[in-house]
Amino acid sequence: MIETAFTPFQSLGGGVLIGLSAVLLMATLGRIMGATGVLAGVLHPNGWSDWSWRTATLLGMVSGPLAIYLLSGGMPEISVPVSTPMLLVGGFLVGIGVTFGAGCTSGHGVCGMARLSPRSIAATLTFMLTTVITVYLVRHVFGA
Amino acid sequence: MRILVSYIIGLIFGIGISISGMANPAKVLNFFDIAGSWDPSLAFVMGGALVTTFIGYRFVLKGSGPLIGGVFHLPTRRELDLPLLGGAAVFGVGWGIAGFCPGGALPALGTGRSEVLIFVVALIGGILCAKLLQATTDRRKTATT
Repeated sequence: MIETAFTPFQSLGGGVLIGLSAVLLMATLGRIMGATGVLAGVLHPNGWSDWSWRTATLLGMVSGPLAIYLLSGGMPEISVPVSTPMLLVGGFLVGIGVTFGAGCTSGHGVCGMARLSPRSIAATLTFMLTTVITVYLVRHVFGA
Repeated sequence: MRILVSYIIGLIFGIGISISGMANPAKVLNFFDIAGSWDPSLAFVMGGALVTTFIGYRFVLKGSGPLIGGVFHLPTRRELDLPLLGGAAVFGVGWGIAGFCPGGALPALGTGRSEVLIFVVALIGGILCAKLLQATTDRRKTATT
């Protein structure tokens, strides 16, 4: 277990930027800003114009840490207290889950909840609950 | 134009995620570890993103359509069905195991860290498997009706 510092202002600022990007994408292209939708659309192209904006958005996302590096001289802090097998199992389950659940933290948690969509509110409450239970089991019951 | 705008919006999202701590599994797992090393920071990410989007959407969706053309693509389904809730539950289990969600991991790819790449490869594997599964069940449904 790695202790992390409480960063309310940085996290709030980051959250506002995430919200701003969601508002701008709806204002310009009329689309929901969801990482699941962006990635799934890049993997399963639905025509050139649909594929191109999703790929451009994805490339923009990936450039985020580089922009942080240029602005601050340091990469965003990432510590992974998780083994490779857990990354693989976790990643696979996330992929299955977001495809059937039609969204993730950005799509359901931010854009959907902001629209007060009952599906998104239910999905967000569901995954928050199973995440809390999973972290509890992994850390305090199995002690990984 | 569409491509440039999409790129810049993706960049704003990527910077926001990177600053917020959503791309850092240690922080994500600590947010959910209420019984252990709890770090409530991510509640501020959700709060900031939700309030901004809630207010922004009020103004944007009042307009006649998106600035670059076309229509607002808003999900119209309202039913709470098994794929939605089951999928969300499985997503939560995966998020709790790995500490990365798609929105956190995609920007984190830009750091070039091998752990992120491992997660994203597994994520893509999961998405492709689920799509395949969905396609076969859809075909079976059409065959029986």
